[in-house]
Amino acid sequence: MSFKGSLLALAATALVALPASAEPVKIGMITTLSGPAGYLGQDIRDGFKLAMEMEGGTLGGVPAELIVEDDGLKPGNGRQIAERLITNEGVKLFTGIVFSNVAGATVPDIVDSGAFYLSPNAGPSNLAGKGCHENYFVVSWQNDSLHESAGQNATNLGYKSAFVLAPNYQAGKDAIAGFKRYFKGDIVGEIYTSLDQTDFAAEMAQIRAAKPEAVFQFHPGGLGIAFLRQYQQAGLAETVPMVVAAPSMDGVTLAAVGDAALGLNVSSHWNSDFDNPANAAFMKAWTAAYDRPATYYASQGYDTALAMASALKATGGSLDDPAAFREALRKADFASVRGKFAFGPNQHPVQNWYALKVEKGADGKPVLKTVGQVFEDRGDTYAAECKM
Amino acid sequence: MRTPITTYLSLAVLLVLLVALPTLADLANYPAFTSVATRVLIYGIAAASLNFVLGFGGMVSFGHAAFFGIGGYVVGILYQHYSLGEPLFGVFPGSNQLLVTVPLAVLVSGAMAALIGALSLRTGGVQFIMITLAFAQMLFFLFVSLKTYGGDDGLIIRRANELGDLNLRDRQTMYYLCLTIAVSFLFLLWRIVNSRFGNVLIGLRQSERRMAALGLSAYRYKLAAFVISGMGCGLAGALMANFLRYVSPDMMHWTKSGELMVMVILGGVGTLFGPFIGAGAFIMLESLLAAWTENWQLGLGFILLLLVLYTNGGLQALFSRLFRRDA
Amino acid sequence: MTLFLEQLLNGMQLGVTLFLLAAGLTLIFGIMGVINLAHGSIYMIGAYAGTYVAATTGSFLLGIPAGLAAAALTGIAVEFLVVRQLYDRDHLDQVLATFGLILIFNQAITMIFGRQPLFVGLPEALSGSVELLPGLFYPLYRLAIIAVGLLVAVGLYLLINRTRVGMLVRAGSTNREMVRALGVDIRLLYTAVFALGALLAGLAGYMAGPILAVQVGMGEQILITTFVVVVIGGVGSVKGAFYASLLLGVTDTALRAYLPGLLRQVMVGPEADALGAGISSMGIYLLMAIVLLIRPKGLFAGST
Repeated sequence: MSFKGSLLALAATALVALPASAEPVKIGMITTLSGPAGYLGQDIRDGFKLAMEMEGGTLGGVPAELIVEDDGLKPGNGRQIAERLITNEGVKLFTGIVFSNVAGATVPDIVDSGAFYLSPNAGPSNLAGKGCHENYFVVSWQNDSLHESAGQNATNLGYKSAFVLAPNYQAGKDAIAGFKRYFKGDIVGEIYTSLDQTDFAAEMAQIRAAKPEAVFQFHPGGLGIAFLRQYQQAGLAETVPMVVAAPSMDGVTLAAVGDAALGLNVSSHWNSDFDNPANAAFMKAWTAAYDRPATYYASQGYDTALAMASALKATGGSLDDPAAFREALRKADFASVRGKFAFGPNQHPVQNWYALKVEKGADGKPVLKTVGQVFEDRGDTYAAECKM
Repeated sequence: MRTPITTYLSLAVLLVLLVALPTLADLANYPAFTSVATRVLIYGIAAASLNFVLGFGGMVSFGHAAFFGIGGYVVGILYQHYSLGEPLFGVFPGSNQLLVTVPLAVLVSGAMAALIGALSLRTGGVQFIMITLAFAQMLFFLFVSLKTYGGDDGLIIRRANELGDLNLRDRQTMYYLCLTIAVSFLFLLWRIVNSRFGNVLIGLRQSERRMAALGLSAYRYKLAAFVISGMGCGLAGALMANFLRYVSPDMMHWTKSGELMVMVILGGVGTLFGPFIGAGAFIMLESLLAAWTENWQLGLGFILLLLVLYTNGGLQALFSRLFRRDA
Repeated sequence: MTLFLEQLLNGMQLGVTLFLLAAGLTLIFGIMGVINLAHGSIYMIGAYAGTYVAATTGSFLLGIPAGLAAAALTGIAVEFLVVRQLYDRDHLDQVLATFGLILIFNQAITMIFGRQPLFVGLPEALSGSVELLPGLFYPLYRLAIIAVGLLVAVGLYLLINRTRVGMLVRAGSTNREMVRALGVDIRLLYTAVFALGALLAGLAGYMAGPILAVQVGMGEQILITTFVVVVIGGVGSVKGAFYASLLLGVTDTALRAYLPGLLRQVMVGPEADALGAGISSMGIYLLMAIVLLIRPKGLFAGST
């Protein structure tokens, strides 16, 4: 580059950086990095970081500083970290929480303090309906949508009967309720497994006895890996097809389960093979930067960063006028890796849901392939209850 | 027993420091420290309650998180019924008054402790550890499957309880409330430990047979101590619910019982101040290390390990050895 | 009927896995008087080391010595560096120290292997199912686990009842001081018992790998259940641990399989399922509480 060119570049940088002054915008990321679910938070963080690195450490041209802290999946810790970042560091922009229970304890405090929270994952119902807030945005999904799309997917696939299983906790019950809402066939069996259960042999025997046309199960993370392996080992994988929502089959689970996942029907809002420029750029950067499969958690972290960037760009990096920042965020003026993306009236996503299938890839390893669409421009069932 | 004047003096200095803590935290430009201190005080109350049975009574309970959780849930459930305007069981109205919810939380956890204690105290040793764990786990699974009260997601308490004109959302107000309660609680414990009841309890730990020979029913004394201890944990749980404005089954998971136990051992078993020191050390270590590195568990693990191997009797013993070498 | 038999086998399979863990834990507890919370971590280390070697070499068999060796060596290191200092201390100090070990092992595994669960396939020879009775198909691998578990049980029985080491173990679990007074090199015995317990835990971990998820935290999940087994069986009693493991495995499986169905006879659908699941999660704790209320020292207290 010529001397003149460098000068121009320098001036351009200065111009872009000017409105933000010298202080970078601080972003508090409270996420789960320890324990079995640690990879979820890791991917959200790395997806977010990737978006920043691709813009030279900025968000929408505004210099940004990302403060990451591990909540250890403890609601109390999440809340304490939030308070410290708000009062000591003056952070006004938060993201990162993976789990609904941590969000439940932490998000109300963040938004009540006047700060903004953009969820890269959990979208619990108690914050989507009556409990919605003008400073609370969800970039991922409302929890129920995941399973509603699985129900619709099963209906679309023409299954007349299904056996449903989920762990006996709120998210599990929500999963089964969401599935049933959109599944038109009969439910021939319903089992609530235990949250600390790792052996599903008893359930496998019951599935075999009930002879359903399909099985819907919701077991995130390690539980799902165990479930799928045992499903195959019990010889059920060849006889009864399975329908799941995205959390039961992400890129990491797929790598750990291997061939046992072949033929699985997944419904998701994102997949690594989406054919749009934003996703192509994301996948290229991810593959270059990290030696592991991209999960939808990573894509959500990335999209969250883009959403923040769009609003920061519009306000010139300032959070001093919350109304302006909020308006800018609501426009969702960014190229999501999912393609179409908008915020609904409760500031949760309105987006398409797709049907995916696990097939053998070119290298013989199983991959998730997008095979169709389940929902178009779908918001969530709680939006009507939200009064802002 | 004669207490040396220096002890009173250092206690007075400590109290002044604790009262000044929020102001100092603000001056140091680190106001969130006040909240950390509040958390320490609340866990300190819970740990001190556990220490009462564990350290003084020799009953190693691995299920004290149950009472902590019940205390919290009493506050949460009362608030939910209050805010929805639906009476509990169709009879009792909900409440958001601290002076109603906290005493009720203490009573309910006391009742629960009476029930669990009555059954568990029929065993001893490791069996006692495991049976208390069993009861706590049963309660944990019960609350996980209670959909009405949020199940696994827990209950959000949108507004803190009311206490006169005080704003319990305010960081400093909550701190002073917890400090007042913690100091009163500690004073109460001190009185109990030094009463005849306390002496019997300590005697029982040393030799149950000797006490039986004196015509004392070990079972009854132990049960009474267990109930008192459960009430203390319930009190801490109720405060925690008000502080976090959130309750979840997490509060009664066995790992929480484990944490309380770690705090007690860390601080010094069977000492009055030990549990508070332990709670402080554990929470500060956890938050300092977590803010410093994401591999904080490694550091915490090594620190705990070294503390056990090289201090005999927890932090309090370490402090007294360091500062009172000549005494 | 076939369904019932299948569930019974499932219960046995869960039972023998628990037994492999509980046998070590109960010996360590009975003989050395040490509460070892890190036993679950050794199970995890066995699973990780074995699975890693199996995945890199592509041979399930090569994973076995790797998993066993890693677990046994970790066990020896833990005994030598930490537990040895704590024999004369309070149980509580042991709890705190081994709790610290759990944190260290979990984080170390995360740092070495990453946060993603490891993949492990079934060995080709054991991947199918066999028809035990007409209409009763059962996965071969699970049958293999049951067989290995029973073999270990027999081996332990012979070791404890027919050998000199076994005699010392029996003596040690009934009267620790006496063995020491007899001039036996108690230290070596302690290390050996600790290593044996760790070895069995590693075996359990490696065998569970293809069925469960090999991930950080897998040890704590099973640790508590293992303690339940130890206490129900009677602390220090390997025989007790064996029967308690099977009892627990079968009870847990049966509750999960049949309770919701029974409740559905008397209640409406979804509530029955949720309640059934709630109660079956509590099942093992309820069982322990009942056993302890009737026999405060466990079922087989005092016999090895």
